[in-house]
Order: sequence, then structure tokens, then C-alpha cells
Amino acid sequence: MSFELINSTLLRGFGTTCLLFILTLVLSLPLGLLIMFGLKCPVKIVSWLCRIFVWIIRGTPLMLQLFVVFYVPSLLFGIKLFSFTNGTVFEGRFLAALITFVINYACYFSVIFKGGVDNISRGQYEAGKVLGLTKSQIFYKIVLLQVIKTIISPISNEVITLVKDTSLARVISVAEIFFINETEILSKAIVWPLFYIAVFFLLFIGLLTILFNYLEKKLSYFKA
Amino acid sequence: MAYLEIKNFCKKFGEHEVLKGIDLSIEKGEVLSIIGSSGSGKTTLLRCINFLETPNKGVMVLDGETLFNAETDKKIREKDLREKRLNFGLVFQSFNLFPQYSVADNITLAPLLQLKEKCKKDKTLNFAEEKQKIIADAEKLLEKTGLTDKKNEYPCVLSGGQQQRVAIARALALKPKILCFDEPTSALDPELTGEVLKVIRALKGEDRTMIIVTHEMGFAKNVSDSVVFMANGVIEEEGNPKEVFENPKSEKLKAFLAGINNKEGE
Ligand SMILES: Nc1ncnc2c1ncn2[C@@H]1O[C@H](COP(=O)(O)OP(=O)(O)OP(=O)(O)O)[C@@H](O)[C@H]1O
Ligand SMILES: [Mg+2]
Repeated sequence: MSFELINSTLLRGFGTTCLLFILTLVLSLPLGLLIMFGLKCPVKIVSWLCRIFVWIIRGTPLMLQLFVVFYVPSLLFGIKLFSFTNGTVFEGRFLAALITFVINYACYFSVIFKGGVDNISRGQYEAGKVLGLTKSQIFYKIVLLQVIKTIISPISNEVITLVKDTSLARVISVAEIFFINETEILSKAIVWPLFYIAVFFLLFIGLLTILFNYLEKKLSYFKA
Repeated sequence: MAYLEIKNFCKKFGEHEVLKGIDLSIEKGEVLSIIGSSGSGKTTLLRCINFLETPNKGVMVLDGETLFNAETDKKIREKDLREKRLNFGLVFQSFNLFPQYSVADNITLAPLLQLKEKCKKDKTLNFAEEKQKIIADAEKLLEKTGLTDKKNEYPCVLSGGQQQRVAIARALALKPKILCFDEPTSALDPELTGEVLKVIRALKGEDRTMIIVTHEMGFAKNVSDSVVFMANGVIEEEGNPKEVFENPKSEKLKAFLAGINNKEGE
């Protein structure tokens, strides 16, 4: 295999990895917020259901969840939900991986969000109330930015873990970088691309670290 | 009928009866001080007046309008609650400034949000013009509280006394009919209490109606038109400051004042 061929093959895998990462992030953050509201819901049933859900998702391996989402609909119920291909990256197995990652990460994010919200003192809400603010004004104008400031570093940890967790998608044969490397390159006894992959991850995570440091610095003008 | 009338306020937390039938009245432009030992229910009373707690019993009438009646107001709608709260301002012991906003923005945040809502309803209002008025008002308040040079600072760099003065300006910006203070100087170093008390004293000069919960007896004696002494959820004694401080009648008040004098003598 020529360098160019290996290069373009791996880049295809990188593309899938990046796409999985970005889509998971964009979808799991709002879902995490929703689950957080569920966890804090004064209706006991709702908060308990959410707690049990979070417990199950955080309590089982991500790899197992990938298998369950991908295989259970077809093996147990005979519904071929994720077995289609359509020539794009958005084939069945990619969607299965995406759904699993989104749910998994949303649960982790929800717990981080909840910690951030619980950290805001009661006085902040009460100051908002006596100034006649609505509940949503109190949340968006007072609480939110303070929460973001306190959760930014746990969130950055999760995000960096997510970059690396995307490689788990290979267990259901999503053509992310490791899967491609193994099926198309390593099988031909070419080893050096492994270092190439390491550099890719280091660069990716280096970039994210810079971004998060920047955000933290942007919010350092006040103390929550 | 007095400007603010409170009749038979009762508040229970579970089985714990914190307010056991409080009657209060204040005339317009009057300053009322509430004193009493820790746990007597002073904060709870202020919180009930500001609609942060709902009394189990009682009636509150402000300027002829019944704001609260426990018989009929078991559950107050969120929107009504907000309107009722705006009759009062509350300055907290722990300031509770919004850390992410500058001093000026802390003061203008609520008025500007209110203005936005008003403009949505009333299309004839000119937002930019009204906003200028709010900012001009805030400038005046900053001057009054001696904070003009701090207006672009964030709360985390201010001293406790400065933070509390911002909190007072923030409450005043909404033009409450009655301004309440819950031990405004208790969280401050002794050398910083003076600057906050000075601001409150200046407000008295403008004939503002105020309710002040305080442990500063000298200040209460000086600034108030009437003083209420609370003990165990009831009003044990009330009257003009001279009477209450120089000629206490109930044993509890005598003991309370003696305790404070001892502490100050130490
Ligand atoms: N939300 C609550 N739930 C249960 N008990 C409460 C609550 N708020 C206050 N209490 C109780 O009510 C009593 C009166 O409290 P409150 O804060 O009104 O007293 P206070 O006179 O302001 O005292 P201090 O001078 O220490 O501020 C206390 O025994 C307190 O434990
Ligand atoms: Mg108190």
C-alpha cells in the first residue's frame, strides 16, 4: 500500500470519528439538560425514573450498551432497525452508535449539570425572586452562567473522554478510525499508522484543551 | 388605617410554630425596627412580608389593598406573586449580588427585564428612551450609595460594605413601596457597618418606609420611629424607641437588652 492510499483510507476513518464526536456532543448536551430537569423534578415518580435510568446507563459498560442498541431490536423483536446501508456514513450501524453515545453521555452530563445547579446558593434564587424576576429569567439570566462556570472543567473531562470513547463504535463495525485501520491496513502488516492515529488523537485533544482553557479564562472575571 | 397592616401572621414549619400571630402596622414614611434574639422569627416575618414564604394564617393590607389573605390565598399564581413581591424590596444579610454582573448591571438587570416585558405589551413605549431613564436612575443610586467609581467593578472585588451598598441600590432601583432589611450589617466587619448604616440613615431622610431587622441597638434607637421586640414568634413589646430602650416593661426585653449591653461592655 502506498502512503497516499493509507493516508486517504485513514482520513475516511477520522472523518467518521469526528462526525460521531461532534454529533454526540451537540445532541447529548441538551438531552443532558432535559434529564437534569427530570432529576430535579418535584414530582417524585419522574425524578425516581430519571435516577434509575441514569444509574443503569452509568452502571453498565458503554460497549454493552452498543451491543444492546444494535442487536436487540433485530434479534429479539425481529425489527431490522439498524441493518440498512445507504452508501453514506449515516448508515444503520452509525446511527446505532450515535444513539448509544448520545444517551450515555447525556446521563453523565445530567449529573454534572445537577451538581452545578445544586451548587448555586438559595440566596441567588431569592434575590431574583424579590426583584420580581420570572423563574425562567432567574434560570437564564442569573443561574446559567454561574453553572457553566462551575461545570466547565468536569465537562471538559467528559468531552476528552468522549473523543477516545468513539473508538468503541468499532465493536458494531462502525467504520471509525480503528476499524478501518484494522480491516484495511493492520491486516496487511503495516504498523506505523498506529502512531499516525496517536498523533491524530493528541492533536484533537490538544485543540479541545486549548478551547476549554480559553472558555475558563473567559469566565474567570467573576467568582461564582 | 395604617399604610401597611399585618394581622395575625402565623407560620409553621412542620410542627414548629415560628410565628404565632404577629400584628404590625407602619405608617407611610416610617421606619420600623425589629429586634429580638436569634431564632425569634424575625427573618421568617420579613420573608413572609416579601412573599418568599406563605403564612399559614393572617392578612396583609398595603395602602388599602389586600395583598394577602390566608383564607383565600392558599395558592398564589406565579404572575400575581411577582407583582405582589414588587411592592417590597429586601436587602439580605449576605448581600446575594449576582457575581457575573458588574455593579451597574446588578442594579439595572431587573428594571431592564421589566422594561422589556412592558415594551412587548405596549408598543408605544420607546425601549431606547426608557432604557436611558433606567440607566440615569441607576447613576443617581450609585451616587447616593457612594459607588460611582465602582460601577464597572464586579462584586468579587468589592468589600462587604460596598457589596451591601450595591444590594441596597439594587433594591431601590425597582422603587419598592417598602424596603426591608434583614440584619444588613451582621455579615460585615465592625469598621464597615458605619458606611452601610449611613446609607440607610440617608434613606430615612427621604421619608422612605422601611422595616429593619437589626442587632445594632444604637442605630435602631436613632433611626426608627417605632421598635418591635420579638421573642419566640410573638411581639413581646413595641413602642417608640425611647420607651422600648430606656423603659422596657417585659422581663424578656429587659434580659435581652441587658445581654446586649454586657456584650458591648466586654
Ligand atoms: N425553612 C425553614 N424550615 C424549618 N425551620 C425553619 C425554616 N426557616 C426558619 N426556621 C426556624 O424558624 C425559627 C426562626 O428562624 P428565623 O430565621 O426567623 O429567626 P431569626 O429571628 O431571624 O434569627 P436570627 O437572629 O438568628 O437571624 C428557627 O428556629 C429556625 O430554625
Ligand atoms: Mg434572621
